[in-house]
Amino acid sequence: MSILKTTRRVAAGLVAAAAATFAVQANAGGHGIDLSGKTVEWIIPFSETGGSAKWANFYAPLLSEALPGQPTVVVKFMPGAGSTKGANFFQEQSYDDSEGTLIFGSSGSTQFPFLLGDPRVKYDYADWNVVLASGTGGVAYLTPEMAAKMDGLNAAPLQSESFIYGNQGATRLDLVPTLAWEMLGLNVESVMGIKGRGDGRLMFERGEANIDYQTSSSFLSGVTPLVEAGTAVPMMTWGSLDDDGNIVRDPTFPDMPTFKEVCEATDGCETSGEKWDAWKAFFIAGFPAQKMVFLPNGASNDAIVTYTKAFEEVQARADFAEISAKRLGKYPQMTGEAAQTALESATNVSPEAKAFVVNWLQEKYGVSLNN
Amino acid sequence: MEILAEALPALGDAWGLILQPIVLGYLVLGVVMGLCIGVFPGLGGIAGLSLLLPFMFGMDPILGLALMVGMVAVVPTSDTFASVLMGIPGSSASQATVLDGFPMAKKGMAARALSAAFASSLFGGLVGASFLTIFILVARPVVLEFRTPELLMITIFGLSMVGILAGRVAIKGIVAAGLGMLIGTIGEGASSGDLRMSSYDFPYLTDGLKLVIVGLGIFAIPEIISLLRQDRAISKTTQLGGGWLDGVKDWFANIWLSVRCSIIGVVVGVIPGLGGSVVDWIAYGHSVQSTKDKSNFGSGEVRGVIGPESSNNAKEGGGLVPTLLFGIPGSGSMAIFVGAIALLGSGQIEVGPAMLQNNLDITYSIVWLLALANVVGTLICIAASGGIAKLTTIRFALLAPFLFMIISFAAFQSGQNLMDLVALFAIGLLGILMRRFDWSRPAFLIGFVLSDPAETYANQAVQIAQSRFRSGMSEGLEYIFTPIVIVLLIITVLSVVVGLRQAKNILAEGDVQSGSKRAPFIFMLAVTAYIAYAYYDAASIPSYSRDRTFPMFVAGVCLVGCAVLIIRMMLRPETDTIFADREREGDDASATHSLWSTLAWFAGLLILTSLWGFIIALALFLFAFMRLRAGVSTAFAALYTVAGIGFMMGMAWLLNRDFPPGLLQEYVDLPWPLT
Repeated sequence: MSILKTTRRVAAGLVAAAAATFAVQANAGGHGIDLSGKTVEWIIPFSETGGSAKWANFYAPLLSEALPGQPTVVVKFMPGAGSTKGANFFQEQSYDDSEGTLIFGSSGSTQFPFLLGDPRVKYDYADWNVVLASGTGGVAYLTPEMAAKMDGLNAAPLQSESFIYGNQGATRLDLVPTLAWEMLGLNVESVMGIKGRGDGRLMFERGEANIDYQTSSSFLSGVTPLVEAGTAVPMMTWGSLDDDGNIVRDPTFPDMPTFKEVCEATDGCETSGEKWDAWKAFFIAGFPAQKMVFLPNGASNDAIVTYTKAFEEVQARADFAEISAKRLGKYPQMTGEAAQTALESATNVSPEAKAFVVNWLQEKYGVSLNN
Repeated sequence: MEILAEALPALGDAWGLILQPIVLGYLVLGVVMGLCIGVFPGLGGIAGLSLLLPFMFGMDPILGLALMVGMVAVVPTSDTFASVLMGIPGSSASQATVLDGFPMAKKGMAARALSAAFASSLFGGLVGASFLTIFILVARPVVLEFRTPELLMITIFGLSMVGILAGRVAIKGIVAAGLGMLIGTIGEGASSGDLRMSSYDFPYLTDGLKLVIVGLGIFAIPEIISLLRQDRAISKTTQLGGGWLDGVKDWFANIWLSVRCSIIGVVVGVIPGLGGSVVDWIAYGHSVQSTKDKSNFGSGEVRGVIGPESSNNAKEGGGLVPTLLFGIPGSGSMAIFVGAIALLGSGQIEVGPAMLQNNLDITYSIVWLLALANVVGTLICIAASGGIAKLTTIRFALLAPFLFMIISFAAFQSGQNLMDLVALFAIGLLGILMRRFDWSRPAFLIGFVLSDPAETYANQAVQIAQSRFRSGMSEGLEYIFTPIVIVLLIITVLSVVVGLRQAKNILAEGDVQSGSKRAPFIFMLAVTAYIAYAYYDAASIPSYSRDRTFPMFVAGVCLVGCAVLIIRMMLRPETDTIFADREREGDDASATHSLWSTLAWFAGLLILTSLWGFIIALALFLFAFMRLRAGVSTAFAALYTVAGIGFMMGMAWLLNRDFPPGLLQEYVDLPWPLT
């Protein structure tokens, strides 16, 4: 049966008659917008290869089923300038042109240049309408030799070692781990020019790097086997935010200590003060609401409600927990109010935190953002 | 033995999975779709897979795999059509095929070249799969031996192929490669994001130029323009000699070359991070070096087709190793492939380190589906090659506008920016001039393709080595001079020495007469000026940034080369080979139409596009070209225009792509496809 069904789906797709052929009639109409016969373009400002692509490809077919009228949802990749190209493009789109058939998926790499005042950023999150916010976490890990030197949670013995880390770019999400390691007093040298975190892991596996971090889903698929084989040892997670904004253990990795715990146990590392505040601000911008879906400027309330409902419906699927756990990790998929709150905390850092990071990037990497 | 005990049942399971009628049906479907897409240059596997993605969710894993693998596998097979028939490198996998394949087509031996290429592809794919079946079990530790210094060394080995393709004046070839590398460094540096030869005020260049644009510009445009000027068919003889059977015989006569190049393909393909870009050049270089009589290379030597084509399908198999075992895709299409696998069967299959333990049967299924898809695809291609080869007897003026349309569309897909077309035109002009003055275009392209890995690996290797040296001299030396590096170093040195000695005999682009001094000298000065400016530009990057080192080094070496060339130009008489100029004598000199008027047609398309958007511009261009340049009847021209536009819209609609907008679209909202 499933074979027959998929056969029909493919055939339908090839003649582009779209999924509508055997779509289930859902509860369209009422207050929302009807998208039957339409094609929704989901712009991802990255290439086909990255984590955002996986995330969008995961949601696209589910969203297609859940939206009223079962429109075809196609993911359109628009890479360039570290996602600012696609985001600038989206900024120029008005809702009236697309009427709900254009959505945008942003990521931490879109948020960071925005927060840091990158000269290429022409977009403003305040103009957009969030309909989904997906969280994730991150795990730092070490070689077994280095991990053995740690004194429980105390990382002080590692301060005399020298570390090499494959870094994607000073101003990318990688600034969260590198700043964390610096706060622990670790001497980590960043080797730049890594094309993705997968390349960083490969560098670790080849024995060239001896410290690395992966986002949760990549850690699960890529590093867990190494941990089982004894060639990698998890060091800490970045943690997760509770409802009051406190950093708590990551629900996907409840047995691993958070950076906060390690920091508290390590001499010289403070969980207060401007450095900590800056780290926490950028962690919040980069991880608990890493990927978000937006409708363009001027979207009608009907459209926002429709999309919000559709994403809620996706998450209400009986199999959602199962299929999402592997692909996205066990993280909150927020809609409505929660998504709005997540957006606000992810796109607002205090001027002090921003100034600190800008200055730190200048001193550590010579990256100048004040132009 | 233990490994075999584990592998054999999995292999049996895999064949059990594959040999179901429904699976084979999906495979054939994928193959046919892949062939249809692969024929068009610049689209390739990424476009095809993106098309399939929406249907992968929840699909039965083996069926989805059959469909996708079928498509991915045949793209490097079908892009051979464009390489051989039109001189257009369809993808990075078939750059080297152009060198000898296209001259064969010009001699009227297109069908022979094609079938030799396809037979090699088929065989390469099978050799690759057999090798992988065993190798994949032990691949992990082997792949991990390739650290940054080894990767750098392979890149340098790839670059050393410039030696063979440098042409008659070796230094000119080296400067051409250096120029390619400098063009490759345009944009944001990988290390600290400093800009080279670009600025944020003009954002297009900050992402650098894409291979599609440079490949099409440097190879395809000069050939199209040249053929168009001569106003004839691609094939000089109306009687097509050499049927498809001859090509298969050619392949069989060179079967050992094919075996060796397949192994080269699969081994280089296995190494993550390099893969596709060097493999066909290394195979081409090997073909040249292992041939006694080298005089035919560049003018239609069938071994120059067999070598690269054997390697490029085998490479796809090799590329599965980093993709499946490490979860690190070796190419863009492999990246989508990984994404799609995750969608299949609700994510039971997870590529990465656990793939071999948990899904060895699936792994083997993928390997052999790939081989099987090669067989199916090749048979279809061979069957079609005789008919398609007849394209080479059509008057070229009828084909050219269609080709301009296709390559403009392909170029636009790389960045979805009107500037893509401008860049294509600019690089095309550079290609035309390089061809005219006998500067090695293959050398330029190798430089361009390897610029990024060369820079990245060099910077990383230096940085890591410095850290190792800090902890001890012996640790640092151990890191750099591993056995693999030493072996590669020896091979590279040998290949450079031998290559340079032989380069004079290998006229990769035919013989070119020398004539007056002025035109070649002006071009020489222009190249020197660009290189000097690139040096100055890189030098103005702050000194703590690693992004300045590589362009400064390359530009420095090139400037020395330029100085030598300029001195030689001043000393030698105008009959010296250094003053080669195609406009003096031969096909170009006796062409019916002048270079500039022909180029103006293409420029016209560009300008119209910038005013009114691609589709309107294309309609005007096609009609005007047909009517005025090709001199056909109004009715025929109108029919041609309608067919062309219809085809373009069909493609774009199917692939969900847009067209370049112009000024008009800034002010008026038009419905698709006019947007």
